[in-house]
Amino acid sequence: MEKKGFFSRLKEGLAKTRQNITEKMDLLFKYHNEVNDELFDELEEVLILADVGVNTTTRLIEKVRERVREERIREAQRVRAVLKEEILALLSQPQELNLRFPAVFLVVGVNGVGKTTTIGKLAHMFQSQGRKVLMAAGDTFRAAAIEQLEVWANRVGCQIVRHTEGADAAAVVFDAIQAAKSRGIDLLICDTAGRLHTKKNLMNELEKINRIIEREYPEAHKEVFLVLDATTGQNAVSQAKMFKEKVNVTGIILTKLDGTAKGGIIIAVKSELGIPIRYIGVGEGMDDLQPFDAEAFVEALFEEA
Amino acid sequence: MAFEGLTGKLQAALKKLTGKGKLSEKDVKEAMRDVRLALLEADVNFVVVKDLINRITQRAVGQEIMESLTPGQQVIKIVNEELTALMGGTQSKINMAPNPPTVIMMVGLQGSGKTTTSAKLAGYLKKQGKSPLLVACDIYRPAAIKQLQVVGEKVGVPVFERGQVDPVEIAREAVEFAKKQQRDVVIIDTAGRLHINEELMEELSRIKAQVKPHEILLVVDAMTGQDAVNVAKSFDERLGLDGVILTKLDGDTRGGAALSIKAVTGKPIKFVGMGEKLDDLEPFHPNRMASRILGMGDILTLIEKAQASIDEKKAQELEKKLREQQFTLEDFLDQLQQLKKIGSINDIVSMLPGVDVQKLSASGALNEKELIKAEAIIQSMTPEERRNPSIINASRKRRIAMGSGTTIQDVNRLLKSFEQFRHMMKQMSNIEKAMKRGRFKFPFL
Repeated sequence: MEKKGFFSRLKEGLAKTRQNITEKMDLLFKYHNEVNDELFDELEEVLILADVGVNTTTRLIEKVRERVREERIREAQRVRAVLKEEILALLSQPQELNLRFPAVFLVVGVNGVGKTTTIGKLAHMFQSQGRKVLMAAGDTFRAAAIEQLEVWANRVGCQIVRHTEGADAAAVVFDAIQAAKSRGIDLLICDTAGRLHTKKNLMNELEKINRIIEREYPEAHKEVFLVLDATTGQNAVSQAKMFKEKVNVTGIILTKLDGTAKGGIIIAVKSELGIPIRYIGVGEGMDDLQPFDAEAFVEALFEEA
Repeated sequence: MAFEGLTGKLQAALKKLTGKGKLSEKDVKEAMRDVRLALLEADVNFVVVKDLINRITQRAVGQEIMESLTPGQQVIKIVNEELTALMGGTQSKINMAPNPPTVIMMVGLQGSGKTTTSAKLAGYLKKQGKSPLLVACDIYRPAAIKQLQVVGEKVGVPVFERGQVDPVEIAREAVEFAKKQQRDVVIIDTAGRLHINEELMEELSRIKAQVKPHEILLVVDAMTGQDAVNVAKSFDERLGLDGVILTKLDGDTRGGAALSIKAVTGKPIKFVGMGEKLDDLEPFHPNRMASRILGMGDILTLIEKAQASIDEKKAQELEKKLREQQFTLEDFLDQLQQLKKIGSINDIVSMLPGVDVQKLSASGALNEKELIKAEAIIQSMTPEERRNPSIINASRKRRIAMGSGTTIQDVNRLLKSFEQFRHMMKQMSNIEKAMKRGRFKFPFL
């Protein structure tokens, strides 16, 4: 298969997203040549339907209203540009992801967001950059999760450390760290069992895994990625908050952006918790994980059809 | 528990109305604005919210309210009725085929919990005396078949699989197999998909055409946002759904998807998944859920749970003892242990009317540890002491406290609350005699 450029793949993946939001936007701006309350109400509707959330939407609309007033904007078209700027300002990353190796990724999230698949894609991404990757099969809870990760390891051609189902996840991670050190691994990616962020005991287990990484592998660059499902609604904010409290999440990976879901929730997550978005999953293939680029994301979101 | 967040917000919005003797249009509109925000924050679909608010407002500012003596209560009644109507009125059950096997096809997006839910449903039906067969038609996701085999084994239901061949063929063979093996329910676990994936949608249609399922159930993650209705709509358009199973309702999601799906597709929610254990699948009762959302409690579910977990004979014995005032600390201990079977204190209290669990938990009133302490204290008493607590003197108290790892104050507190409880029961049994009501009593409720 021909390797496509980043933007074309991102755009493809986001095609649905873009279509949804921009179609409505276009319709909106066509019928409103003037700036009035109705226009703002409908803008609000578009954002809420994209899962941006009531709080963030209200804040965004307020900001746009303010600027419209101050800058004496009279055309509806110009309002769109202002909204785009405001969303971009919200999403812009204050800090770049500066990886240094050896590195260790801890991948966490609730059930069914696509952690294991994302780990497969991450492993593939770094293997093809010439890094030596090791996976730790830390989901010892869900039936057949270990096998699923193993299939990915074979596909990608990387190494894997596994125990059996029901084993202590922290022990798997401990062993994987020792293996990573002795085998000269560049990147260790630790899978964890999906857990609802409201389950205290499971969250404590995660904290323990996190502690083990800090203690046993202090020399490695550590990233904790929270995987969020783009179809998730306002609950994603609650998920991000709780995981951040327990294991200090350093970045978000947004999956399943190729559905009809609009993924607007990351705007709320970024705005309310300040956690940067690092990667997005835009398809089911191995190559369909992309570094998140705020500008491209907003551009693609608002691009004219 | 899901819905709590929504409950709190709605209660706050409606509270402003309850005290008022007269309601102006402005009062109602203001309350409705809060209700609207609460629903949107809970991920109820935007269009559904708009519709709902319009209907409630119309009814609330109309005749219905103005002539009522308690207008605030009347508004809450309207909201409750509208919410119930939105979720589909009465409970919907699985359609069983007149000639077995009944074929149930499970469909849904990736990660919604199809495989786990298939096993849960199989376990649920098995408990009801059916003999289900699970069918592994997800041939794409790595290790999906293995996963179904593992969970199938856990609930004691056989799994039919043919490896990674055409799923349509697997489904066909499975139904044949079920007929031969006298299996009366066939549950087909299909591959997860993003519903824009035409190829896989096509495959589902072919499976449907081949096995002609009696039920097609869509599995939806309760945390889904505004997109939930699009998902349900597109599956319904392609396959014609019979019902929905909502999963992961045990998180802190406000579960707005539950409210929207029925409203938009007209398909009822039949079951809800409430946890990671394989028996955490409950039939969905829309009217009860509406009451729960409004904080009006869910006594019916509580009673059912109690009936399922409590030993009938013991309950009758207990009732007799209560009536004859022979209730001892031994019975008290017994009650404690039975109570634990029903669920955590939080679960139980969340079903009671007018209780905001989050607030209660925060205040420390629902301390599971207190119950464990009480158990330990009673277990450190001699049988004689349990039957006749009045013989417990200072030295015995000291021994009990040491034995249970508590303090003398703890022992005193327990004895005192037991006395109070006995007193309360005496009064209650008098009332009960007069009213001849149900037979379950819980010391803590």
